[in-house]
This record gives sequence, structure tokens and C-alpha cells, in this order.
Amino acid sequence: MSMGEGQNRRGRQGGKVPLGWNNPRVRSFVYQAAVLGTVIALVWFFTATAQENLSRLNISSGFGFLDTTAGFGIIQTLIPYTEQSSYGRAFLVGLLNTLVVAVIGIVLSVMLGFLIGVMRLSRNWLVAKIAAGYVEIMRNIPLLLHLFFWYFAVLRPLPGPAESLSPLPGVFLNNRGLILPEPVFGPASTAFFVAIAIALVGSVFLIRWARKQQVETGQLFPAWRVSAAMLILLPGLAWLVTGAPFELSFAEHAEFDFAGGMRLLPEFVALVLGLTLYTAGFIAEIVRAGILSVSKGQREAAAALGLKDSTVLRLVVIPQALRLIIPPLTSQILNLTKNSSLAVAIAYPDLVAVFAGTVLNQTGQAIEVIALTMAVYLTLSLITSLLMNWYNARVALKER
Amino acid sequence: MKNPAVALVIGILIGVGGLYFFLPYDPLARVERPAASTATAEDGERAVAGDTLRRVRQRGFIQCGVSQGLPGFSSPDERGRWSGIDADFCRALSGAIFGNPNQVRFRPLSAKDRFTALQSGEIDILSRNTTWTMSRDTQLGFNFVGVTYYDGQSFMVRKAAGIETTADLAGATICTETGTTTELNLADYFRGRRLSYRVLSFEKNDEAIVAYDRGRCDAYTTDASGLYAMRLKLADPDANAILSEIISKEPLGPAVRQGDPQWEDIARWTLNALLEAEELGITSENLDEMLESDNPRMKRLLGREGAYGSTVGLNNDWAANAIRAVGNYGEMFERNVGKNTPLGIARGQNALWTEGGLQYAAPVR
Repeated sequence: MSMGEGQNRRGRQGGKVPLGWNNPRVRSFVYQAAVLGTVIALVWFFTATAQENLSRLNISSGFGFLDTTAGFGIIQTLIPYTEQSSYGRAFLVGLLNTLVVAVIGIVLSVMLGFLIGVMRLSRNWLVAKIAAGYVEIMRNIPLLLHLFFWYFAVLRPLPGPAESLSPLPGVFLNNRGLILPEPVFGPASTAFFVAIAIALVGSVFLIRWARKQQVETGQLFPAWRVSAAMLILLPGLAWLVTGAPFELSFAEHAEFDFAGGMRLLPEFVALVLGLTLYTAGFIAEIVRAGILSVSKGQREAAAALGLKDSTVLRLVVIPQALRLIIPPLTSQILNLTKNSSLAVAIAYPDLVAVFAGTVLNQTGQAIEVIALTMAVYLTLSLITSLLMNWYNARVALKER
Repeated sequence: MKNPAVALVIGILIGVGGLYFFLPYDPLARVERPAASTATAEDGERAVAGDTLRRVRQRGFIQCGVSQGLPGFSSPDERGRWSGIDADFCRALSGAIFGNPNQVRFRPLSAKDRFTALQSGEIDILSRNTTWTMSRDTQLGFNFVGVTYYDGQSFMVRKAAGIETTADLAGATICTETGTTTELNLADYFRGRRLSYRVLSFEKNDEAIVAYDRGRCDAYTTDASGLYAMRLKLADPDANAILSEIISKEPLGPAVRQGDPQWEDIARWTLNALLEAEELGITSENLDEMLESDNPRMKRLLGREGAYGSTVGLNNDWAANAIRAVGNYGEMFERNVGKNTPLGIARGQNALWTEGGLQYAAPVR
């Protein structure tokens, strides 16, 4: 529609053009409407054809199945789920499992990618070569092989549940996962969480104030350190006053395994590891390219002002490099999210494994299930793009 | 322009009209048909009785959906030749239709993709250790033609774990393959007995069996026949035992698309013919002698009397050709999964009804 608006402005500048085929605005409107109409008609045509064929073949259709009892178990559920829950609930469980892998994978791979990218530019020969070797090896191995390798590499050295390692009391490590005590929050936890919230809000204001203070007076205030102290002291104080906010519920030895507690599955670890190491290889190259794009003069000028090396990197180089890093980084983040759908190969119950796998097979409603799955990935990707574009606009070069 | 809505309407009309004009056929007529004549699937374009047989004959081979490799049922050897009960059933079908067993193309399918492949017409018959259930028969748009193998779900465990019965599996982690009835049976069984369990569902059984071998799970579950087959893939097969308990009914059989009763009949009666042959003592070896027999049941089955083949669009020697292709049901069983194969499965429930089993074929008459 932006084209239409452009035409519009020109049309007004050039005075009134009579309505008709010679009016560029009318023409563009008709063209665009024709395309829109064609698209709508095509979608309608495909839907109607599919529906007709399905009813002719006596195949059920529609989304009614989402309310039906699922009847199968899922090994990792972030929300309450039992076999009696509905397919819709199973969908949510799968979606959350995908999200948690994607978010953790994105954070870790961006951090690792930045580290490797900066390392590759190091003046230390060994460090630079190690980083180069990492990039070449990791990004040139297919992701599925990464997953199999890390899954079986994670499983192999771990002992069975009977010979569990116990590095700390209540913490067990075996080939069923890393089992941690689970915190059970009691009534006293409200004050604790309120204290954390106050400390967080206070830190934000403190850091802003300190920055303003520095710009106006040149005085440095150790805002980060004070904030950190506040984040520890305030909840600590609440703990002392109201008593422990949670109790630890320890896992217990059971026949085969441990019962209770929190658990980090080997499948989850292998998936995050595979995705992170693979994607970090690409991100490292993007970061390197971004940093190299900042001209040497900038660095030298900053050094001439007497800034420390780390300060030069933080205040001069990185902000300028980010302009180049963000757009390709967005694609890598999107890739990581979509690549997480390979999880089913190593039995991690993500959206594709649970919904486009088990649910699809139990219900046989391929069109609905796949359409819903595609819609989820599309929505996730669009939201990610939106956030990254917003961030990109913020760090973009402001021409004054 | 003061009223863009007019231009919008004109534009949409041009778009839809243009599309409609260029379409090879009339979409409106197609869409309205099911509302006008409900459930008369026969008058659709592709699901006419006899159509599948006609297309198979035109093409010159049967598209047969099989598994990606389950020894004894359908698995390829190093030269790409498929063997197993499910593969042999398609060969028998080829024998009945073409007079020789080789006009079959095998299409390996994952558990997930198999139904879509049959629905979309990519394959003519799904002969892939598939359990006959009501929802599959009624909601997915196809029909099962019979039971080639009576199976049941069981568990494989490590002998060292000291598990004797399924009740000992409370709290265990169990590996399986995603997209099968196995997952549901497992949930039903443990839920019904209020036992806790954890399930790990892999996309392919290759990874599931490696995970089991590495000790990630305490048990591996699938149909008992599959367990015997998968045990052969383990590093040390003898260190593993298969529980004698069966937790579900798994009648495995071939399925065809709904809407072509003739094709369904061909598949159903080919299976019945193989069973009937065993009951009558006809084998691939003594077939030529039996053709001369005076027994009226044999005469009808082998096409010496009556015209049973032509009622389903085949030659009258259809059953004789099917038997010549793969032997009778008993031969097929013994060759693929029986006592003298690595699987070593006893006939058990799959013996004929005359020998205390469940295999019972409707008579050819």
C-alpha cells in the first residue's frame, strides 16, 4: 500500500486528476486489489478443494480434535500435563519445550559467538587460531550429526542411576539427567519476591541516574556494584526477617531412578549444546565482520583520548559494529529457533515431536496439525524479527 | 479518489474473474457437489470401483508401502531386495494380478508418513506392520483387509536388571518410537495400574535402540515381533530378555484406501487365499499336483471350478498365481519369522484355527 500512498502525494502535488484509468492512484489501487483478490481466491480455492477431497475420502477435518484426550505421556512438561489432558494441552507443552530450548540456545549462542568472534581477532596467535578452528569445524558439520554426536557423547560417560555421581548433597548426575532439589515456595515467599522486585527497579533507576550524573558532571558512580549489592542484600534481609521463602524438596532413590526433584534431561542438554555450538560458529563470523568494519582510525582516536582497551571496545567499537551485526544475527536467531525442530531425532519432546509427530499420528489430521505447526513457527519468527528490527533501529547510525 | 471501495471491488472482481477464467475446470461445481449428494463417494473422479486395479495394470506395478527396515516383516538386504511377511504379501498380490511376483515397487515409509502416503494415493496398499484400530479404520479414510500377523506389545529389558513382569517396571524410563499405537498402549497400561513411568519417543527406532543399549532407558517397547527383530541389532542380544507378558492386542494387517471396493476385495481375498491354501495343504511346491485334485474346495480356490477371479476383475488362476509367488501363509511365516530364522518366533496365535491359533479365512465359494 505504500506505493499507493506515494502515488497519492504526487497526485495531489500535480493538482486534481479526474477519476478514471489515467489517474495513477486509481490504476495502482485496481492493480493491488486485483492481486489481493487473486490471493484470496486462491486460498479459498485450495481450502475448498482440500475440504471436498477430505469429505469424499471420509477423512475427518476441523480443529475439534484439540479438545480430545491425548492419552500419551511426555517426558518434559513445564506446565501440568497428564495422559488425560487434551491434545490442545499437549500442543502447549510442546510449544513451551520449543520456546525454552530456543531462548536458552539463543542466549548461549550469542554469548559464545561474541566471545569466539572477538577471540578470532586477538593479537595472540594461539587464541586466534583456536577460534578460527572452532568456526571452521562447527559450522561445517551438519546440525543433525551435531545432535547425534552430542546426544551420544553426553550419554556415554554418564553412569546408570544406581552408580549416580553426587557432586553436592541432593544433586545427582546419571544417564537419566541432572537431578536437582526442587524449591517449594511457601507463604513467606511473597516478601522475598517483593524484595527482589524492589531491588531490580531500584537498580534500573540507579544506573540511569549514574549515567546522567556522569554526562552532566563527569563524576563516576559505581552504580553496577551498588546494584549488585542491593540485589543480594534486600532479598537476604527479607529472608532473615520472614524466614526461608522456600524449602528444598530433595529427589529420592526409587527402583530404577530418582523420584521428585527437578531434572535436566540429557536430550535437552544435547539439543541446547548442538544448537549453540553450531550457531555460535556462524555468529562468530558475523561478529568478526562487524568489528572489522569499524575503521582503524576510530580505535586509534579513542586510544589517543587515553581510554583503556576494554573501554574502547565497549564504548567505541562495539556500538558501531552492532549496526552491521544485528541484521545477519537476526537470521541466525531465526535459524536456531527453526532448527530446534530436529529435536525429535534425539527424543526431546518439542513442538514438532509432540504435535506434528505423536498428535498427527494419533489423529491423522495432517493438514490441520501441520498448518498449526507452521503458524507457530511463522509467528515465532515474525515476533523475533520485530524485536530485532526494533533493536536495530535503536542502534542504527543516527545521522545528525 | 473519494471512494476507494469501488476500485477495491472492481479489482477483486478482475482478480477472481481472471483466475476463474484461466482454471482448467470449474472449482464451484466441485465444491458444491458433496453438499448436494452426500456420501456417494463412488461418483467422485478418482475413487471409482475398479480404478485402482486399472491404474495398477496401466502402470505395470503395485506401489507397496513398507517399513524402513524391520527384519521379518519388511527389510531390504544389501542388494536392495525386500523380504519379510509384509513384503511377501505385496508379492502375492502381484502374483494374483500380473501372474508373477515381481511387479511390485516397495516404498519405505516412517510410522509418521505412512497414512498420508496411502491417503494421497502415493501407494496402492499399505503393508507395513500397521495395527488395525477403529479410529484408523473409520477416520483416516481407509479400510483394513485382514490380519497378516497377530501381535501384541511387550517389553525388552536387560537381564541384569532383574525385571520379571511388567509390574516391575514401575518408575522405569521406557524408549519407544513416536507415531505408533505403542505410545498409547503404554500410557493406558501404566495409567490403568496407577504405575508411574517416563517415556522417551524417538523418531526412528534406530536411535531408540541405541539409547536403550547405552542405558538411557530401562526398557524398550514395541510389538513383540518387533522386539525379537530389534534385539538382533543390539551389541549383546543375549544379555536382553523379552517379557512374556503382552499388554495389548496388535492385529497387524494391510490397508487400502476407501472408495474402491474391488481393490479392497482383491487384497482381502488374496490374504484369504493364502490362508485357505495352508488349510488345504497346498504349498508352492505341490501346487501343480494340487491343480489336478478332485477336492471341490481346491478346485474352486485354484480356479478349476467357478469363476471367482473374474468377480474381482482378475483371471481365474489368481489364487494359484499368488500361492506360486510366495507359497501359502505357513510357508510365508516360516520363511520370514519362523523357528529357523534369526527371529525364531513360534506360530502361537498365528497358527491356523485348526491348530489352535487365530488365523481363520473365510471360504472361497
